[in-house]
Amino acid sequence: MTNQWRDLKNSDVVLVCGANPSENHPASMFHINKARDERGAKLIVVDPRFTRTASTAEIYAPLRSGTDIAFYGGLMNYVMENNLYHEEYVVNFTNASFLIDEGFQGPVDLDGYYSGFNAETQSYDKSTWAYQTNGDGNVLRDETLQDPSCVYQLLKKHYARYTIEMVESVCGMPRDKFLEVAQAFAATGAPEKTGTIMYAMGGTQHTVGTQNVRALAMVQLLLGNTGRPGGGVNALRGESNVQGSTDMAILFHIIPAYMATPNAAKHKDLAEYLEKETPSGGYWVNKPKFLVSLLKAWWGESATARNDFAFDYLPKISGGIDTYAWIAMFHAINEGTVKGLWVMGQNPAVGGPNARFEKKALEKLDWMVVQEIAPTATTDFWRAPDVDPASIQTEVFLLPAADAMEKEGTIVTSGRLIQYRPKVAEPPGQAMGDIEMMDLIYRDLAKLYEAEGGALPEAVLGLNWSHGADFEKICQEINGYWTEEVTDDDGNVVGTAGEMVANFTKLKDDGSTACGNWIYSGYWVPADDGDGNMVTASKRRGQKDPGDLGMNPYWGFSWPVNRRIIYNRCSADSKGNPWSEDKALIWWDAAEEKWTGYDVPDFSKTKGPGDAGFNDPFIMLPEGKGRIFGVRNEGPFPEHYEPLESPVTNALSSVQFNPVVKRWDVDSGQDVGDNIGTSDQFPIVCSTYRLCEHWQAGGMSVWLPWLAETQPETFVEMSPELAQEKGIANGERVIVSSARGEIEVVAMVTARFKPFAVNGKTVHQVGIPWHFSWQGLAKGGTANFLTPHVGDGNTGIPEYKAFLVDVRKAV
Amino acid sequence: MLEISRRQFLKGSGVSTGALLLPPMVPGRQEVPTFALHKKVGEARTICPYCSCGCGLLIATDSTGHIINSEGDPDHPNNRGALDPKSISVRQLSTSPHRLSKVMRRAPGASEWEEMTWEEAIPLVARRIKDTRDDTFQTTDDNGVTVNRTNGIAFIGGAANNDEDCYIAVKLARALGLVYIEHQARI
Amino acid sequence: MANAMLIDESRCMACRGCQVACKQWNDNPAEETHNWGSYENPPELSAITWTKIKFTEKKEGDEVKWLFLKQGCMHCTEASCEAVCPTGAISHQGQYVLVDQEWCIGCGYCVAACPFDAIHSIFESEDGGEQKATARKCVFCVDRTTNDLPPACVKTCPANALGWGDRDAMLAKAKERVGVLQASGFPKANLYGEHELGGLHRLYVLVDRPSAYGLPDAPKHATSTVGAQWLSGIVTAGVVAAVPFWLLFKRQRAKEASEGGEGQ
Repeated sequence: MTNQWRDLKNSDVVLVCGANPSENHPASMFHINKARDERGAKLIVVDPRFTRTASTAEIYAPLRSGTDIAFYGGLMNYVMENNLYHEEYVVNFTNASFLIDEGFQGPVDLDGYYSGFNAETQSYDKSTWAYQTNGDGNVLRDETLQDPSCVYQLLKKHYARYTIEMVESVCGMPRDKFLEVAQAFAATGAPEKTGTIMYAMGGTQHTVGTQNVRALAMVQLLLGNTGRPGGGVNALRGESNVQGSTDMAILFHIIPAYMATPNAAKHKDLAEYLEKETPSGGYWVNKPKFLVSLLKAWWGESATARNDFAFDYLPKISGGIDTYAWIAMFHAINEGTVKGLWVMGQNPAVGGPNARFEKKALEKLDWMVVQEIAPTATTDFWRAPDVDPASIQTEVFLLPAADAMEKEGTIVTSGRLIQYRPKVAEPPGQAMGDIEMMDLIYRDLAKLYEAEGGALPEAVLGLNWSHGADFEKICQEINGYWTEEVTDDDGNVVGTAGEMVANFTKLKDDGSTACGNWIYSGYWVPADDGDGNMVTASKRRGQKDPGDLGMNPYWGFSWPVNRRIIYNRCSADSKGNPWSEDKALIWWDAAEEKWTGYDVPDFSKTKGPGDAGFNDPFIMLPEGKGRIFGVRNEGPFPEHYEPLESPVTNALSSVQFNPVVKRWDVDSGQDVGDNIGTSDQFPIVCSTYRLCEHWQAGGMSVWLPWLAETQPETFVEMSPELAQEKGIANGERVIVSSARGEIEVVAMVTARFKPFAVNGKTVHQVGIPWHFSWQGLAKGGTANFLTPHVGDGNTGIPEYKAFLVDVRKAV
Repeated sequence: MLEISRRQFLKGSGVSTGALLLPPMVPGRQEVPTFALHKKVGEARTICPYCSCGCGLLIATDSTGHIINSEGDPDHPNNRGALDPKSISVRQLSTSPHRLSKVMRRAPGASEWEEMTWEEAIPLVARRIKDTRDDTFQTTDDNGVTVNRTNGIAFIGGAANNDEDCYIAVKLARALGLVYIEHQARI
Repeated sequence: MANAMLIDESRCMACRGCQVACKQWNDNPAEETHNWGSYENPPELSAITWTKIKFTEKKEGDEVKWLFLKQGCMHCTEASCEAVCPTGAISHQGQYVLVDQEWCIGCGYCVAACPFDAIHSIFESEDGGEQKATARKCVFCVDRTTNDLPPACVKTCPANALGWGDRDAMLAKAKERVGVLQASGFPKANLYGEHELGGLHRLYVLVDRPSAYGLPDAPKHATSTVGAQWLSGIVTAGVVAAVPFWLLFKRQRAKEASEGGEGQ
């Protein structure tokens, strides 16, 4: 989330596409309703299904699952055709004026492909997807946006095919509805207006998920909405702390705070890592300080300049998403490469794609350790209703965990807001916090390595574990501290050994600082709460809200450096003045010669008009401009491709689905395997989603009687038209089947689903909530038994939101 | 969401007069007597563990530390006292009889759990991790580049955990050489 | 001066925070339910479900509407339950219509008489003692609201659809909202509860006719046949036989509110 929940009140138009805030982020509606009451804001919902959010929206427009790019492409085309883009913003703050390599070609020229496609490797040579530069390496630009090679003209040419008729035909969105949405949202291109786009897994869980998000981010750049109050690209994060768990890098491809995991093919040592991973411009030029400080935090005195700060103790990967990401990992479990699985509060037997496959893969494990708060289909997979425990040789350890109220910690809310949670209740029985149990495990491991030796014992024994299970010390390590006394050039002491650093600008690449997560730096040091009290930054509860914009800068701590809206340089125009009085966030104070306002500037504080880079607001990018043209694995502009399983052929090109996604085919053709269905057998589009009354894979909700009462079991929503075709009555039990399996659930026949008219063909869509399994008070068929093992071309996120099924009455 | 003044809030919190399903009353049409709160509202403040709205909670516990009331924190700028049905239900989340409260092991081929103590379980867990790590550890790849990794152990989970839990998990997992490290954010 | 609850159904998003907040504060247990082809559950109000959201789908031309109604006791000025109660256990305490659990004999007249199906009997024992039938319903969280705290449901509403306060102020707010809705594409927007049954203490802003939500357009007060019902009740309700006859007529003053009622 680039902005904040409370900032929604500053929005003139709220476009919800791929999210369902009334059901999945209900508190956001308070702020949206405030915008509607106080500013006359409009709420637009674009969704395949008429949701509880749609029920109170000003405009609802249906869209067939998997066609977001056609919709956003149509929206961009509408904005450009009618000259509704925010010109000053686009020219100054984005790369619209940059010239692209003459050799670049796109789907218009190459029938759905970009230049450089290699059919054998299913990947692109991206050398033509580059800026034109002059001899000095400076990018060539045309600020009139007329040069046919400039990004704006290429964009215009690319999306000219995404006409209103095309949107109607591909998305199944009625023409008048599309126009209503387009007119309302394009109005935010006016300099004094802002609109926000709220998305969640409805946007990301597709084989083109990354490009869906790229597309909406491009809309926000064209309309000048990013980096401004009431605007932004706002991901409604899926869990209470999925932002934090991502920041901490529980992902194969990164180490804490978004640095790449060392890769054997590129990074044989620290010098090569830093050389290849440190860009020439933008804030990431400081990466060496962040990496060395992380290594110092982890290996302490064992990390010295002489041993590359223990860089070699960090494991290196040899591959990408097709080797290590979730789906690939479950293939590695299935084939026996992974022998032991360590689980901290996750439930793949319910939440994983093609969950029957993943559940069966668990049976191949030698051992599994699970830190969990309640029984799930994963903790007890070995005695699921369809298996014989005697045939499963996996040894399972179940470690009872304290829940969120029963231990101390911080979490990161959407908006990057770090908030502290004290322990407020006692855990049941033997249950304890995850830190405590991991500390016990580490101590025993260290004892074993001390006594017996083993593989690279120094990485384990040299690990800086001085914090043990001491929460305060762990926080200090994450925040960062001086490892020794450091003086400045004048001999003044700037830090003493063990003292926390104020923020990441203090970090060094010489080993004199340690920091577990540089973007959190500052979260654990005392800060003003607005009333003159110095309080640990993440514990602050100050109510003051200067500017009355909902920034609430004295409440908690937003990474980085308590910045509430990122890219906020964009909240002022090319001269540094606010675009409008009511949305003045930060601005250039000519008298004081610095940036000032109600938020921490995401910019050099003293860079003024006339200074180089004054209009380069995107400081994390070397070119400083928002990337309308931005390289991803399948192309620099999002192009519509159908989901892997689709009932129709692609109307825009002969490339049916994202050409760079990996097709898995382990055990295909068998009952449990990587099976892909076709529309002759499975003609109906299906999406999975969540309910307001339950949570994720169910561990935190299906055992709670009050929640089980409100939503007791799995159901499938379908249109009356489809129900009639299939002879199904409301409330009857039905079988939903896909190429991966079938489940029995209750039919909910509802006019909130309507058949789509797609290119003259009737396409039915159904939807199933995915929380349930055989475990719990609320239970039922597991929706992910039906979902495919295929992921996005950049991230590997599974295509949960668009796959094919059939429905029949249960007998 | 109702704005509640600080004074009102203080007056309403921390008061317990014992549980009454419905208080006794005075019959007849008349002015309302003041009834005692049948339980504490609570003063302990925390943040909801469900969605990413980060709403503030007020929690009241009994003398044994069990939650007896859970409602919204009126001072929290994200929710101003409001909560959805899940957040309110944190009381049942914490006090559910279905919560795991015992360390357990399932032996290969067994059809039931066996209970054990932490002292019994942790050495077994550490032994499994060490043996698998040592058996599968790769020091260099085919090109002789140091990789120091194990493909034999995977770690998943953590989106409902605290930052500090996740930090410790990653620090430990990477130090052991794990490369299969994934969680909810991927899916 | 009476308070009232304002329910703006144009803002309700049916998250059902209110439904669970009510159970949480009042310590009411969950009901066992099954999915019956609707998001709505439990299907009816009951003695342990004092408020719930009723879901109604409606087609208007090509468009679908999903109407949500927060159901519960209306605390009517002319309360049928109070009128038919043979023991006087149900009474008005200011704007609150409350059931004195000590006096309730569980005869069920109120259950039959309520035009909103908002009061129900339950047969149970408190503290494991003798089982007894009594009637239960929403009490406007009387212990909270008489201590300057809003009802649990009102406090929890994330959509800001619920309000609690002086009835005249709530009426004024409701009328203003109806005006806004009528001017912005909801010509059928209306206020429900201002005059019905002498004035309800639950006021609704609706975007469609009351009957579209399942509310009676003109609720009736059950007074005319009270006497006859009551007499037949004595005959039919075996439980009544155990109650000393004089008790039904001669109410002694109930106990004062329990000790230590004020907060500190």
